[in-house]
Amino acid sequence: MKAVISALLAMTVGGSLQAAEISMDDQSQLTQKASKTAGEPYFQPPQERDLPANAYGELVEQGRAIFVDTQKYAAEYVGNGMNCTNCHTEQGRKANSAPLWGAYPMYPAYRKKNDKVNSYAERMQGCFQFSMNGTPPAADSHVINALTAYSYWLSTGAPTGQELPGRAYPEVPQPKDGFDIAKGRQIYAEQCAVCHGDNGQGQKAGDVYVFPPLWGRDSFNWGAGMHRINTAAAFIKESMPLGKGGTLSGDEAWHVAAYMNSHERPQDPRLVEGSVEKTRLRYHANDGVNLYGQKVDGVVLGQGIE
Amino acid sequence: MTFPRWPLAGVAALLLAMQAQAADGQKIYTQGGANPAAMACGTCHGADGRGMAAGGFPRLAGLAAGYSAKQLEDFRSGSRANPIMQPIAAALSDEEIQAVTAALAAMPAPPMAGVGRGEKAEGAGEVLALRGAWERNIPECVACHGPGGVGVGESFPPLAGQSAQYLRAQLEAWRQGTRKNDPNDLMGHIARSMTDVEVQAASDYFAGLELKEASQ
Repeated sequence: MKAVISALLAMTVGGSLQAAEISMDDQSQLTQKASKTAGEPYFQPPQERDLPANAYGELVEQGRAIFVDTQKYAAEYVGNGMNCTNCHTEQGRKANSAPLWGAYPMYPAYRKKNDKVNSYAERMQGCFQFSMNGTPPAADSHVINALTAYSYWLSTGAPTGQELPGRAYPEVPQPKDGFDIAKGRQIYAEQCAVCHGDNGQGQKAGDVYVFPPLWGRDSFNWGAGMHRINTAAAFIKESMPLGKGGTLSGDEAWHVAAYMNSHERPQDPRLVEGSVEKTRLRYHANDGVNLYGQKVDGVVLGQGIE
Repeated sequence: MTFPRWPLAGVAALLLAMQAQAADGQKIYTQGGANPAAMACGTCHGADGRGMAAGGFPRLAGLAAGYSAKQLEDFRSGSRANPIMQPIAAALSDEEIQAVTAALAAMPAPPMAGVGRGEKAEGAGEVLALRGAWERNIPECVACHGPGGVGVGESFPPLAGQSAQYLRAQLEAWRQGTRKNDPNDLMGHIARSMTDVEVQAASDYFAGLELKEASQ
């Protein structure tokens, strides 16, 4: 009887939260096995100037525009101040910065963890739900079609089903004595605040975000891959400060990533029965290094922010 | 009964102080500072603060006060070397710098086209501005300076509404090390990675954005 009631309850809750349905519930990180010998070039995506002047070229261009200025071209699906290209630098072209040519040819992807096959559309819907803290566009929507066309075009000539070198953010080993949030705060003030603001709030020109918010209401939510300190450290080491990637040490990248991800941000949309602890156990306990549901300075993180 | 008189007096004093400061800033701009060496800004930067392209004098109207104040301090210290501005900045008091930069921020900026990253990019200048040259770690100019180079906050000044002469001179100054007042060498390393063609093309591009708007 109890089980029946729970099931009914779950159905009711699920029904009332249709808009928040989870498109890709497994957001855990990919393994990185691909490597290349020194001197061997990364995959080279095609040049924009070589796009054909036809409907295909137009759709690709529209996908690129959505990708670099998601705020403007897919506004209804975005719930924060981010653009796709904030995490996928150089318009999704750059090796070691999660380029689209490294992702597209790997779908549909099988995840052993939940015995599911996810389509590329579902993967992008996941980005909208977590990294963009928004509403996923329908799989057959113009936004998903255009982003798919852009990804497909960037992957021109790439092998399918084969991990390409440069597809991820290169892993950075954790500091010998662990990460240090206090050191991260110092590094943030010296290296990051000039663009992202004293309190991680980002910076706007007029009412348009130019530098993305790193925590708080307008940033990615607790379900986004970037909430993992190891993922953020890898991204930061490779690409931050913008144009000066590689200038921070691996340890510095970890410290500042930990500082960034020790702040509150919007709730994980997969929240289990309203419980941070249950959500932590189900989705965060075995997902890299993260502070969701952990106590920092006496406060449990993962409460979310409206 | 004395209670309400104090706040009123306080507000009145504040209003007076604000008025005095605004007047001062405007006066420094048009007539110069107390020290005669602090010449009137408007002589070279134009009555409307939009600059004088032929002389390479930049627009100051609408620039964030914090940015302008830092430039004046950097002229004084020499981290931004400039034979004309150095003695003028040195002759301005801290209070005068505060007043004049506040006045500059309040002067209306020229209308600018906010061309964003989503737009198609044609020509070397626009390609650099909207796509960057990442193989040399050069991000899209607009990634920091905002759509159309309108400027962002106190550290990323507007590029639009500046003349090609001024923009090129700054890029050259960074390359030669006579300007080294940017936070963490964020601009210096980019200028040093740019080709001569890119320096010219990017300068022309951002200078052209204002013209485009003005001719409409």
